[in-house]
Amino acid sequence: MAEVQAAFLETKSRRITKPRSFKRIVKPLILYPLMIITALLCLGPFLWLLSTSLKTNANVFAFPPQFIPRPISFNNYIKVFEFMPLWHHIYNTVLISGMGVALNLITCLLMAYPLARIQFPGRNTIFVAMISTLILPNAAGMIVHFVTIQKFGLYNTYLGVVLPAAVSVFNVFLLRQAFITIPNEMEQSARIDGAGEFRIFWNIMVPMVRPAIATVVIFDFLNFWNSFIWPVVVLSDKEKYPLAPALQYLQSDFSFNFPYIAAGTIISIIPIIIVFLFLQKQFINGMVGAVKG
Amino acid sequence: MLSKLNRNRLRFAYLMIIPGFMLMAVFVFYPILYGLPLAFTNYSVVDEMKWVGWKNFDRAFKDPIFIKSIWNSLIYLIVVPIIQLISILMAILVNNRLRGVQFFRVAYFVPVVTSMVAAAIAWRWMFQGNGILNYLLQSAGLIGKPISYLAEADVALFAIMCVTVWKGLGYYMMIYLAGLQSIPSEMQEAARIDGAGRAKVIWYITIPLLKPFVLLCSLISMMSAIRVFDEVYVMTAPLPGAPFNATMTSAVYTYEKAFRDFDFGYAAALGLIVSLIVMVISIIMFKYGRKGGMSYYG
Repeated sequence: MAEVQAAFLETKSRRITKPRSFKRIVKPLILYPLMIITALLCLGPFLWLLSTSLKTNANVFAFPPQFIPRPISFNNYIKVFEFMPLWHHIYNTVLISGMGVALNLITCLLMAYPLARIQFPGRNTIFVAMISTLILPNAAGMIVHFVTIQKFGLYNTYLGVVLPAAVSVFNVFLLRQAFITIPNEMEQSARIDGAGEFRIFWNIMVPMVRPAIATVVIFDFLNFWNSFIWPVVVLSDKEKYPLAPALQYLQSDFSFNFPYIAAGTIISIIPIIIVFLFLQKQFINGMVGAVKG
Repeated sequence: MLSKLNRNRLRFAYLMIIPGFMLMAVFVFYPILYGLPLAFTNYSVVDEMKWVGWKNFDRAFKDPIFIKSIWNSLIYLIVVPIIQLISILMAILVNNRLRGVQFFRVAYFVPVVTSMVAAAIAWRWMFQGNGILNYLLQSAGLIGKPISYLAEADVALFAIMCVTVWKGLGYYMMIYLAGLQSIPSEMQEAARIDGAGRAKVIWYITIPLLKPFVLLCSLISMMSAIRVFDEVYVMTAPLPGAPFNATMTSAVYTYEKAFRDFDFGYAAALGLIVSLIVMVISIIMFKYGRKGGMSYYG
């Protein structure tokens, strides 16, 4: 028995030493180049766009292509502001995203809380209706939304852009799931201390579901910031466009001068990349967690 | 009788529910209910709304561009297995403890957070006849003549697929990474000790263990692939579906019918047909996706 054990221990230690040397030397040698190549493939299109946007017109079609522009010129960044009211489009995007995220978060929080923690007549009906929307096909969603927005007199307004996405079944479920997990004792002790219903909700419950709120905010923010076709449908003034549709129209109007478009596109993606780099953990956890949860 | 506390709570509950519920009624429930009968009308901005029965559906099945667009959308499903394979490999690649691995994970995620419009503009620039892609492929000796990717009917749809794949990879990689970190490593280790090579372990152990995640990601990417819109619309502007409807997908065609021709009734019928196709594919995927494989998750 002891012999077997000794033999086992021996093989085990041999097994361990072999992978260790592999891990120390060979693994990084294989993995780092692979990871760098993949990173270049993922970032390449944007890096090339950045490079183009920093070139002088003469160098844009130079052959062979210049990967690093010589000389570096910021002329395109200055000129693109003359061709399109870029600040205005940035402002529109911020406004639409801010309004949309705030509205969506408030309505979803308010709706999720009673669904999670209060037994009221009609709760199950609302629940079944919400679940069935996840299964039933929403074939004509944009058409019906368009007709509704027009009937409300919200055509060509920012409110018309955000209202159809001001509540979402998915976010209500996500927040409800977070509210359910809070232990009852929290609520009861607050009640004994004399807190009213709204105080319990706002001061006790909402702070406890912060991770779920972060997920909702990031998800919504990305969707509103990057939304493309719905703003085109609702807004008739091109001046009211947020960045994505504005770029699309810049693209079709100035296709002869691509460096301007490149500069405009780079400007449009910089804010979202900066926000992402600062909140990378929340972004990734939020977007991945939303699917898994 | 309800106690005062309970009555208060009920009133509070209804007050909280009302704003969200009303919005939901108008923008979630109503479109689903109203979209169905709409498909059987000739509703448009000019005409008076009339019930036309199955006429829209008859017209759809005789509409060569619509049939073409359905085919293109189905061809587009090629991206689904490609995305799964590459993003699983990427997840395995960054599932290590090397210094700086977090930097690479973040770098791979950058295309996910940027808008499809920006991505499509960047790719359109690379796809140009005298663009960087042709230069690189020619220098590597992979192609002879430059290809105008978006102008040739046989190539254009596949060129646009590259953008869809590229933009989705980081997202699915993160889901698979979460999956990899949730499965126990004993089985892979045991297989290694038994003498299986790295590629064999990935193919026979890791991927089967990831099966629930593969099903989830395939479903999500299938639904977005069939409804692909932004990248096609941006990369083929100003003529959606160019060249000669070679890249016309069902979502783009439905949009054109609805918001260029304002043929709402017909567009609703087209949307309904596409929804039914998505439903059928989802059911098939669910049925076959759950069969077989490792039963680690039950």
